[in-house]
Amino acid sequence: MISSTKVAANIQSSSPGSGGMAPLIELNEISHSFGTRPDLAARLAISLKFAKPAARVQAIDGVSLAVRRGEVLGLVGESGCGKSTLGRIVAGIVSPTRGSVSWRGKDMKALPPSERREAKLRVQMIFQNPYASLNPRRKAADIVGEAPRVHGLVGGDLGTFVDEQFRRAGLDPALKHRFPHQFSGGQRQRIGIARALAVQPEFLVCDEAVAALDVSIQAQILNLFMDLRERLNLTYLFISHDLGVVEHISDRVAIMYLGRIVEEAPSEEIFARANHPYTRALLAEVPRIETTKRGFAAIKGELPSPLSPPSGCHFHPRCPHAMPRCRTEAPRLKVVAAGHKSACHLNDAAV
Amino acid sequence: MNATVLEVRDLRTHFGQAKAVDGVSFSVARGEVLGLVGESGSGKSVTGFSIIGLVDPPGTIVGGQIVFDGRDITRSSREEMRALRGRRMAMIFQDPMMTLNPVLRIDTQMIEAVQAHENVSRTDARARARDALGMVGIPSPDERLQAYPHQFSGGMRQRVVIAIALLHQPDFIIADEPTTALDVTIQAQILAEMQKLVAQNNTSLIWITHDLAVVSRLADRIAVMYAGRIVESGPVSDVLARPLHPYTAGLIDSVPSRNQRGERLRQIPGMAPSVARLPTGCAFAPRCPRADAVCAQAVPLFAAGPREHRCVHPLPELRV
Ligand SMILES: Nc1ncnc2c1ncn2[C@@H]1O[C@H](COP(=O)(O)OP(=O)(O)OP(=O)(O)O)[C@@H](O)[C@H]1O
Ligand SMILES: Nc1ncnc2c1ncn2[C@@H]1O[C@H](COP(=O)(O)OP(=O)(O)OP(=O)(O)O)[C@@H](O)[C@H]1O
Ligand code: SF4
Ligand SMILES: [Mg+2]
Ligand SMILES: [Mg+2]
Repeated sequence: MISSTKVAANIQSSSPGSGGMAPLIELNEISHSFGTRPDLAARLAISLKFAKPAARVQAIDGVSLAVRRGEVLGLVGESGCGKSTLGRIVAGIVSPTRGSVSWRGKDMKALPPSERREAKLRVQMIFQNPYASLNPRRKAADIVGEAPRVHGLVGGDLGTFVDEQFRRAGLDPALKHRFPHQFSGGQRQRIGIARALAVQPEFLVCDEAVAALDVSIQAQILNLFMDLRERLNLTYLFISHDLGVVEHISDRVAIMYLGRIVEEAPSEEIFARANHPYTRALLAEVPRIETTKRGFAAIKGELPSPLSPPSGCHFHPRCPHAMPRCRTEAPRLKVVAAGHKSACHLNDAAV
Repeated sequence: MNATVLEVRDLRTHFGQAKAVDGVSFSVARGEVLGLVGESGSGKSVTGFSIIGLVDPPGTIVGGQIVFDGRDITRSSREEMRALRGRRMAMIFQDPMMTLNPVLRIDTQMIEAVQAHENVSRTDARARARDALGMVGIPSPDERLQAYPHQFSGGMRQRVVIAIALLHQPDFIIADEPTTALDVTIQAQILAEMQKLVAQNNTSLIWITHDLAVVSRLADRIAVMYAGRIVESGPVSDVLARPLHPYTAGLIDSVPSRNQRGERLRQIPGMAPSVARLPTGCAFAPRCPRADAVCAQAVPLFAAGPREHRCVHPLPELRV
């Protein structure tokens, strides 16, 4: 039986702005491009018309996405399609060329500086490359303990606090006085995890955060993520190539291809009824533990480049179902089932 | 089976107190793919560095032998090793920036890499570089050649490094976590290229990875490392279907697809030992459900046919 107070609480918590169903972070029509700044010789060559100016990379092309409080949104996509760039935009490390990011319903850019700093601290990112993301000149203990100390988040002794952060990430605290280069790849990744969790974030951008871990430590970290979510209502943007991990941990999944979201749906739905041809190609290639050696298939069709994205649907050069319309018109994300959106012209043709 | 191309005997590579690699033995035949898996921090990368002669001080090979093509290379000079690397053997590093120079354009680096071992013109070297990028699925290779490493995504950088390793078609490759940042369709493309290389040139591969599914499809044999040692090895399908060492079994059980969605994943209890303070007996004992007093004594290597392990209480052969 559901008591009326509970129902009232539910209704209240789902009203916008109160935090329940309202997005914690919302991306609005985000686009981002990188220009390559030509060096002197290149500028000279360009001005003398010996060379063409370098192309701009359109890394993100009109992405809108909302992440609700306490939700795990999985983000999957081709290598180079813009996932890390999108993650950096969410974490406030990169400002997008176009579009806006809102934090608890308010445009980040419009926030007063103090609130913006606070919001930035609440959103932490675990970086994809565990080698490049740790300062080589700082000891592991300082890397993990610095920000919490500066922001006054450490109650008791800093040493005890750091030990606890190490243990939680599956690292032996006895190693804390080492420098990053003295750790293995997976150990460095855990330092990055400990650093991000140490400032008690509300929102965690995990960019391939468990890719360098053996499956047992991976399980330990994923269990930790799920615990933190249950206990502290932590929210995640979980970027990963490992579809088994994404399926396990995500409530919802967004699939990206060359700068655009091509499909978005609840996790079960996407793994049971993938709609977009790219998503289906991904799912078909997921390797499983096999009992006999088996060949891998090369990609059919041509890999598109973000330097000169194909016209129309970005997937058409690789798509087995491409029609003339796919080459000219970009499909829009449309609802194909409850909570399930996909950007593919086949969905129109079917009717 | 083909002739042995690499034999590692009782290799010990230490960083002062830290016994990163402590008694590793294995061999690889021509045209064979060995999957090297195991605990994070167990010495997989250091094993690779030891073979190609790139252990950074204070790390030193304090014991054992590495025999490549019948020649003991354990104490070869830097020059001899440099000549061997690139043409005969190559390593794809876990950290792409160990191969790439951040201040040089990709074309400069790849052309240099070609010309370091072969007497070819710049134009030809560039064409080779472009073809290699195309082979690993980098779109617009001509334009991308003019970019700097930081302008690439994580997975694109990995693919550039794979392309560089393949430039000279070496007959022995150590690949350290080479496809972690690639989506499964591009990963499949790279693995297909690798399989072609092995089939056509009889290349030998050591494939270091955490992805047991990839190993099951790519490798002939698998070796599982824990705390500086190989604790189990054998034909890949046998080991994954019927692990003998409890650590191997624990690993397989932790794979998400073998767990209920949304439930807590099975994990091995406890924490890996620090390689600076290893116990005398089985290093896995403190975490092992089968451990007893016997495990605290030195554990010998048990061998039955192609299967080897270091456990006094191996799992029963028939495990489902
Ligand atoms: N600093 C930069 N300068 C120029 N181009 C860049 C820069 N950073 C990223 N890019 C380009 O933007 C695109 C998206 O890169 P991003 O790192 O976001 O991809 P990704 O989806 O995270 O890929 P991966 O899965 O390989 O990590 C790529 O084409 C990349 O080359
Ligand atoms: N320069 C160093 N000084 C001291 N210890 C080191 C140094 N380099 C590596 N180690 C230690 O040696 C051990 C083996 O490291 P290695 O990089 O080979 O692990 P790995 O098996 O490749 O792990 P991962 O899967 O996390 O990459 C680790 O415990 C690491 O901490
Ligand atoms: S829109 Fe066309 S090209 Fe794009 S995925 Fe759908 S069918 Fe394929
Ligand atoms: Mg990335
Ligand atoms: Mg390693």
